[in-house]
Amino acid sequence: MADTQFDILVIGGGPGGYVSAIRAAQLGMKTALVEREHLGGICLNWGCIPTKALLRSAEIFDHMKHAESFGLSAGNIGFDLDKVVQRSRGVAKQLNQGVGHLLKKNKVTVFMAAAKLAGSGKVEIDEKGKKQSLSAKHIILATGARARDLPGLEADGKLVWNYKHALVADTMPKRLLVIGSGAIGIEFASFFNSLGSDVTVVEVMDRVLPVEDAEISGLAHKAFEKKGMKIMTGATVKGLKRGAKEVVATIEKGGKSTEQTFDRVISAVGIVGNVEDLGLEGTKVKVDRTHVVIDEWCRTGEPGVYAIGDIAGAPWLAHKASHEGVICIEKIAGLKDVHPLDVKRIPGCTYCQPQVASVGLTEAAAKEAGYELKVGRFPFIGNGKAIALGEPEGMVKTVFDAKTGELLGAHMIGAEVTELIQGYSVAKTLETTEVDLMHTVFPHPTLSEMMHESVLDAYGRAVHF
Amino acid sequence: MAISVLMPALSPTMTEGKLATWLVAVGDKISAGDVIAEIETDKATMEVEAVDEGVLGKIIVAAGTDNVAVNAPIAVILEEGEDAGSVDMDAVAGSGGPAPKAEAKAEPAPAPAAAAPTPTAPAPKPAPAPAASSGDRVFASPLARRMAEQAGLDLGQITGSGPNGRIVKHDIEDAIAGGTGKAAPAAAPAPAAAAQAPAPSLGAAPSPDVPGLPAFDEIPNTTMRKVIAKRLTESKQFAPHFYLTVDCEIDALLNVRKELNAKLDGEKVSVNDLVIKASAQALKKVPAANASWTDEAIRIFKSVDISVAVAIEGGLITPVIRDAQNKGALDIAREMKDLASRARDGKLMPEEYQGGTFSISNLGMFGIKDFCAVINPPQGAILAIGAGEQRPVVKDGALAVATVMSCTLSVDHRVVDGAVGAEFLAAFKKLIEDPLTMLL
Repeated sequence: MADTQFDILVIGGGPGGYVSAIRAAQLGMKTALVEREHLGGICLNWGCIPTKALLRSAEIFDHMKHAESFGLSAGNIGFDLDKVVQRSRGVAKQLNQGVGHLLKKNKVTVFMAAAKLAGSGKVEIDEKGKKQSLSAKHIILATGARARDLPGLEADGKLVWNYKHALVADTMPKRLLVIGSGAIGIEFASFFNSLGSDVTVVEVMDRVLPVEDAEISGLAHKAFEKKGMKIMTGATVKGLKRGAKEVVATIEKGGKSTEQTFDRVISAVGIVGNVEDLGLEGTKVKVDRTHVVIDEWCRTGEPGVYAIGDIAGAPWLAHKASHEGVICIEKIAGLKDVHPLDVKRIPGCTYCQPQVASVGLTEAAAKEAGYELKVGRFPFIGNGKAIALGEPEGMVKTVFDAKTGELLGAHMIGAEVTELIQGYSVAKTLETTEVDLMHTVFPHPTLSEMMHESVLDAYGRAVHF
Repeated sequence: MAISVLMPALSPTMTEGKLATWLVAVGDKISAGDVIAEIETDKATMEVEAVDEGVLGKIIVAAGTDNVAVNAPIAVILEEGEDAGSVDMDAVAGSGGPAPKAEAKAEPAPAPAAAAPTPTAPAPKPAPAPAASSGDRVFASPLARRMAEQAGLDLGQITGSGPNGRIVKHDIEDAIAGGTGKAAPAAAPAPAAAAQAPAPSLGAAPSPDVPGLPAFDEIPNTTMRKVIAKRLTESKQFAPHFYLTVDCEIDALLNVRKELNAKLDGEKVSVNDLVIKASAQALKKVPAANASWTDEAIRIFKSVDISVAVAIEGGLITPVIRDAQNKGALDIAREMKDLASRARDGKLMPEEYQGGTFSISNLGMFGIKDFCAVINPPQGAILAIGAGEQRPVVKDGALAVATVMSCTLSVDHRVVDGAVGAEFLAAFKKLIEDPLTMLL
């Protein structure tokens, strides 16, 4: 009989859960991880990673379409959706096995089972009907979240998809409606748009990518339209009439209602926390609108029970979950220099075409917070590498506190910006001011030079524009 | 396997020292306990004893080298059967290892001068030392520097909460807010404010603002410092101390320790561990000394929970060996090693340093002959252990030499009377001088 007593027991094997488990094991704690479906969670199996694989296919396809502008010929280009999806699944599978190896290497005991709290320090797991009781000093809830279904817009896997369905698309919809222009919606919109679908995006807020800086949203909106997407902001889908092969959507915008016909609909209207069937009833774990309420050290109201990642609320990002997990574990272990997560230092990336990445406060939020600002901007058109890459569209924007020189936020749109944003994340974490960023040598020729120039521009010193 | 000898810490606060002299040469045979080198600090010169035996394979740090960091490898000892050619001594030296392989002459549980107050909540961990104390360079983020400059703050007066005590934005914000006086670890916003009158609970300290003082540096009081100040002041104000001293001959104890350690596989029992054990057994015999004063009654505790003072950065803390009367010397040694090392890392949980029934403070390793410790309230007594040193003694009417350790019991007279204290010390002395009786 295997061990049933642990120092740390993590429920959920996503980027929050497995990273917590590995960190706990590194710190010498006897650690178990219970996962009901697949190691790596949504991120690795149905989210971040497989979508990136799909989008990479779309990106290469886009490049091929423009081969001529690079002096290349790529006649008769095309794609096989099944193979594109197959590649994406292969990537997820490879990494899923990788997580298994990492856990094994770190001597984390893994149970492939469902789990629920069963009294103080106890967890009951159910492995396909085989029940077992485990005990642990500290229990970490890391069960993540899933797609939200709005009444009338529920995904059915046939005509109306959520992200899981869309990831294993069996058909190229000619006319596609995407409801919601957050990261998930806009990435699928981007993918199917690149492969030739006629994509309409409906967003209830007044702009696409509503969490981003308004200026970036505006540029994204234009870029998407230029690529052929139809964007309807300030609009809602009132209902879906599902026929045999198509869906008629009632879309309301500005008090006017229209009906449009689509082959497929992707619903990306947010996510809800996986708080059910965890045995939270009767505990002091507090749930607020499908998310577990935690304090700055990820503690729930129930002693010895913690929650991290998506189940504990926004921002719903894999790297937030991982980081929160590490903080939670290190705090339990009593390490020094553990600090609560500062949301303003969590970068966010969206892998649409063009890419969008940001960290910290938007210009509007910074103003609202009462800062006097210095704002810098630098366009891709002024950057040598961007021109050489054939990616002249985009912008790097920086927002500084005029008084202290603190970098309050950075917002980027354009090629590869998701790989650039961490530079500003490091700067924020180290609390650099504009001076340190100005004194940093950025390599030439790179896109990162725009990050330098944007800072210089905030202080009226941009060189190349 | 070859063993790396590490630069020992001669005092809890020592971070580096001068390797003054090597007393052995490469190729010399070394037994455990041999003095192999002398280390100098600004305070003292101390001998380094070998803990392991073998042949000195390599001297890494030459005699006369200044500023050798604590725990840096200073030599390599080869075990039997190894020769210098067969061992990659640089690799051995580099590997270091978690436990220092050499120790200062007088053993573990370094304890500072006064008694050991159990810090009360809410200060489970010592606040990091103020940046000012770590030298000229103050570690602060660029943003923190600018904010401090704009607010007219002196960074040297601010305690950093970032990695390795780095001052970050948050600390400056706290310092600015600290004008209201509630930011405990964050220090005062300006030197002037730092010199405000101390809180009444710290006792009527004379005003620090005497005219004509020379220039000074101010190190803001950490939470731990304040707790120490408060509790020790309380102790001396409310607990009527008196002191009983006894000399114990420890030659037999040292022999027993040597024999014990020879039988242990790598682990060591220290003199201090045996002192803890003897105290616990003596308290079991004289439970009236394992007691505490309350206004209503005297509490005689049913278990002997011994608080052992351990010096840590910025102060001291007293991890507790619970039920010490039921524990063997090796159990105590293991527990003490773990508690002391986690204490120094600031990782003790409150239940691990709160609530002992009796304290021990050992300054023997500093060469202190005897001293009077301050009682750690609400406990009723504390035992202060001095250095074991060779002294002339009279045996059977003739002068002889013995290793003698002076132990002074500070007693709260409200709880323990002289006769009870003496009874405890007699029991303690008997156990220490005839250590085999500890087995009974």
